[in-house]
Amino acid sequence: MRELTYREAIREALREEIQRDDRVFIMGEDVAVAGGAFNVTQGLLAELGPERIFDTPLSESAIVGAAVGAALMGMRPVAEVMFADFTTIAMDAIVNHAAKMHYMYGGEVSAPLVVRLAYGGGMRFAAHHSQSVESWLANVPGLTIVMPATPADAKGLLKAAIRTPNPVIFLEHKLLYNTKGEVREGEYLVPIGQADIKRPGDGVTIVATGLMVDRALGAARSLAREGISAEVIDLRSIQPLDEETILGSVEKTGHLVIVHEAPVRGGFGGEVAAVVANKAFGYLDAPIQRVGAPWTPIPFSPTLEEAYLPKESDIVTAVRSVVGASAG
Amino acid sequence: MGYSDQLTEKDLIQMYRWMVLTRVFEDRICGLWGKGGVVELPHGSQGQEAIAVGACYGLRQQDHVMPSLRTRGAFLVKGISARVQMAGVYAKVTGPARGKATAHHMGDAERGVLLGSGIVGASITVAVGAALAFKLQRRDNVVVDFFGDGAAQRGDFHEGLNFAGVFKLPIIFVLENNGYSEYTPLSKHFAGSDFACRAQGYGFPGMRLDGNDIFAVYEAVQAAAARARAGEGPTLLECMTYRYRNHCEVQPPEAFRDPAEIEQWQAKDPIARMRAQLMQRGILTDALVSKITAEVEAEIDDAIQYAEESPFPAPEELYKDVYAPESPELVVGRRS
Repeated sequence: MRELTYREAIREALREEIQRDDRVFIMGEDVAVAGGAFNVTQGLLAELGPERIFDTPLSESAIVGAAVGAALMGMRPVAEVMFADFTTIAMDAIVNHAAKMHYMYGGEVSAPLVVRLAYGGGMRFAAHHSQSVESWLANVPGLTIVMPATPADAKGLLKAAIRTPNPVIFLEHKLLYNTKGEVREGEYLVPIGQADIKRPGDGVTIVATGLMVDRALGAARSLAREGISAEVIDLRSIQPLDEETILGSVEKTGHLVIVHEAPVRGGFGGEVAAVVANKAFGYLDAPIQRVGAPWTPIPFSPTLEEAYLPKESDIVTAVRSVVGASAG
Repeated sequence: MGYSDQLTEKDLIQMYRWMVLTRVFEDRICGLWGKGGVVELPHGSQGQEAIAVGACYGLRQQDHVMPSLRTRGAFLVKGISARVQMAGVYAKVTGPARGKATAHHMGDAERGVLLGSGIVGASITVAVGAALAFKLQRRDNVVVDFFGDGAAQRGDFHEGLNFAGVFKLPIIFVLENNGYSEYTPLSKHFAGSDFACRAQGYGFPGMRLDGNDIFAVYEAVQAAAARARAGEGPTLLECMTYRYRNHCEVQPPEAFRDPAEIEQWQAKDPIARMRAQLMQRGILTDALVSKITAEVEAEIDDAIQYAEESPFPAPEELYKDVYAPESPELVVGRRS
């Protein structure tokens, strides 16, 4: 099968959806002529023309607010807010408008837009260009929140996101843009809301999102050498949350470690832990562990940022502690 | 006064009637507030009726309006019945979104009403997006976006108007300058001379006009709409007006302001003014004025009765319409 980068897979999804549906268009800061801050939309202006992809002023609130208005009038906007950290500026349009339109119109119309966000650390971009913002948005009914971890998922999930009649937050990890993976040719969709077992195992369940899926898989490989069989679940979306897959796995393994790049405290891992504690308490052989960032802003200097970001070794340590806890 | 000259007697009487209907609607809910029944805290538009009615009269059905806090008249002119509006005020299942949205922010896609916002000023960017869609779809509809002088101080005013100017969108920004941002007078929240001149900074025309003169409003909006339909872009209209009631019914009209100021503006009342003009022209007579008043009172009586007799939404309504229906190849899993 052919290989594409995560970036190319996203670009292919955008191109296919724009060619398939006259209502789809892309707007954002420097998305057209410059091809996006991370080159994701490079070349699309020449292929698709200036009505399907265009640059906007530096106005995150207007970009998403206008996407909401255009969506209400029958368009399918894909709005890019560049760095996920800038979500704060667009927060009102996302939270108070996009998410609530269908409800407040009494079901008459909805706001089918996609907000693409580049999130995550590791590029020495410091506190305002590195955050993982998913849990800021996870408490907002009406939103759908997608976090693809592989090129194949990125393509299929983005196509589904563009087609669903509801607003979708699509979080792309910056460090994944250059990663390669198999992406099958032609049309396919990945349904949003279905977690994917990226590695089967029976000793411990590791639930991860985005870049942390790769870290969890690395941890699982080292743990295998110690005789610990880890099952790695890639949530792919946190809203909807695929509780069934998580619970099914925990019922089998009896141990749970949850990994995300956002700070542990108040992070989405708490929700996953609560679901498991509530619905699979009897299957747990040890307390649930969470791995994530510490309770600090994201620092700039490499030594500090490395200390901040969750690593494979943190996951390995957490797994050993839960497995050890049940053995002891 | 080219556009106004083309209004027929029937049009003129209808415009007058819409203003009276708006006034009576607002007066009645303000009177009923606090006595049981009315759930939506009234943010009365009395005194500002010429703006909503003058701006919306003559729009096409698929021209969209974005209401401000104080555009009751816009809903009525766009074809939402007094019954539905009143049921919304009473929070009944027969109101907007079956009781899930208030009447003064309601949306109605079929009748060309964009859902307003409780976040004052935030609706500007959404209205701009509707205009963007019209342009991309090559439809010659326009958006009329209402907001107040308070909203004009929000960052979304700047982002929205700049965005509309850059893309030459078919939108008319109708700024209802009633001299107050909630309880704060203009002099305390604005150091500039006027808002209309801000349009220059966005590359499109802006003008200040008498918002209590329904013909001035109608004329300006029709001209701006013609410009917008011709692809010439947005217009900012700063309509000078005054609200007789306070920000909302939590405070009496005279709180935080000089009662003499209210009286001064009542002398410039938009409804009395149009009535005098139409009587002078022989279009309205005492008998017709009385007939219109009686009809409007009856319409509002009927709307109140309808609202009172309508049931509240059943608790199950809470869970409906959080997400639009999705096919399983797109989204699976629990949604509520």
